[in-house]
Amino acid sequence: MTVELVARHPARVARLPRLLAGPDDLRPIGLLEHERLHGPLPLPQRPGRSQRDSAQRRLIELIERSRLTGRGGAGFPTGRKLRSVADAKGRPVVVANGAEGEPASIKDRLLLSRSPHLVLDGISLAALAVKADRAFLVIHQRQRRLGASLEAAAAARTAAGIDPIPIEVVGIPDGYVASEQSAIVQYLNGGPSLPTFSPPRTHERGFDGRPTLVNNVETLAHLALIARHGDRWFRSAGVPGAAGTMLVTVSGAVVRPGVYEVQLGAPIGAALSMAGGLTERPQAILTGGYFGTWLPVDLAWQLPLTHRDFRAVGGALGAGIIVVLPDTSCGLAETARVVRYLATESAGQCGPCVFGLPVLADALADLAYGGRQGSARQAGTLIGLVEGRGACKLPDGATQLVRSALETFATDAAWHEQRGPCYGIDRAPVLDVPGDQADW
Amino acid sequence: MSEILRVNPIACTGRGVCAELLPELITMDPWGYPIVPRAELDDDLLELARKAVAACPVLALTLQRR
Repeated sequence: MTVELVARHPARVARLPRLLAGPDDLRPIGLLEHERLHGPLPLPQRPGRSQRDSAQRRLIELIERSRLTGRGGAGFPTGRKLRSVADAKGRPVVVANGAEGEPASIKDRLLLSRSPHLVLDGISLAALAVKADRAFLVIHQRQRRLGASLEAAAAARTAAGIDPIPIEVVGIPDGYVASEQSAIVQYLNGGPSLPTFSPPRTHERGFDGRPTLVNNVETLAHLALIARHGDRWFRSAGVPGAAGTMLVTVSGAVVRPGVYEVQLGAPIGAALSMAGGLTERPQAILTGGYFGTWLPVDLAWQLPLTHRDFRAVGGALGAGIIVVLPDTSCGLAETARVVRYLATESAGQCGPCVFGLPVLADALADLAYGGRQGSARQAGTLIGLVEGRGACKLPDGATQLVRSALETFATDAAWHEQRGPCYGIDRAPVLDVPGDQADW
Repeated sequence: MSEILRVNPIACTGRGVCAELLPELITMDPWGYPIVPRAELDDDLLELARKAVAACPVLALTLQRR
């Protein structure tokens, strides 16, 4: 796959993969093998105070120059986040978010199970950068095996004297909104794993009331490589304004669904080629996951994987999820199922989400499965009523998905309302819904 | 200094006091929760907005500087 990417970008000679470097299997890469592969973690050993201060300053400057952005979805500049936490009042805390709530994404799980030490390196570096005295690595409680292997990895590092502060592996409860950063912080503080209202913002007042750096685990893994190879090396992959590589989860009508590492700025089509190409004629592509955006295939194929390019077409790059919907599926039915799932995942805290998402899901179901006249328009009205009115982004994720469905599948929606549901509703769903709460 | 009204949707229980005191700005959705515009407040509404904030029985309505 390296050969193909280089051929597509002849001006760049970045060697890929980076995060996924190493043997081509799912076995966890142990500490020794990790150090052979990437070199030792460049942390000052037993530093004095002034040494630590200058190492901290240099590290933040390095990350700023690298132009690394968050790989959890929002794409916020990591250097700026590190600096604001380092500058905030109080002793900071680092939280690595590896609790992937998005059903269509498996890249964080893959990274943690395959290259745990890259993430753990990143946590220690982030802790150094903000002078944290506690560090958490958060996954889901149900991931028992992963939790045990991460604890073993952390213990091996403690025995080798690598991490300046111990890294605590914590399992949070299930649920789409549980992995939202304010929900994680509230849970670590002994509360329920539910999102909170901001302000106060997590980076100012989070765990224990202290400034809290919450970073996605992939972001931290990049940090571990930047510390070793430098900012220029990092930017040698990607395009101006969108540096480095990112992990994407490709699924749907492709030959080899899975996680791939691509340069930012590569077109979606390049990621689909890495997944072996298409198995069927495509109808549309879902980008960004269940909070994401349906795009027509001709628009999506050439769309560069950058936050800016995605925003320009009304979408969001998110955490790098690409799902190919085959031509014989019904995009409206897929959307209806996902919105029903999102409605059941509501934390139940905010009125507009509690009452709005179920009726939005009803409107979509009426459109997809009943072909009821006026249901598309009703869904449009509900979007306006629900959007921007929750403490977390769950309602906005649902409305974004529905809005893009109504646009991308506009012809289908008209067909459904005029002549009844299409044959696509009989096809097995492409988008997985955990527990399959949708019971039609 | 400009101020905006914000509702904490977790705290809000939809009692509707704010929409009664400030119908110029706040409307109710079909489920009885207030829809609060994000726009900065005009000076002539600021005093009424403060009253609405003070009257909220669950302290869900706030004025934020921006």
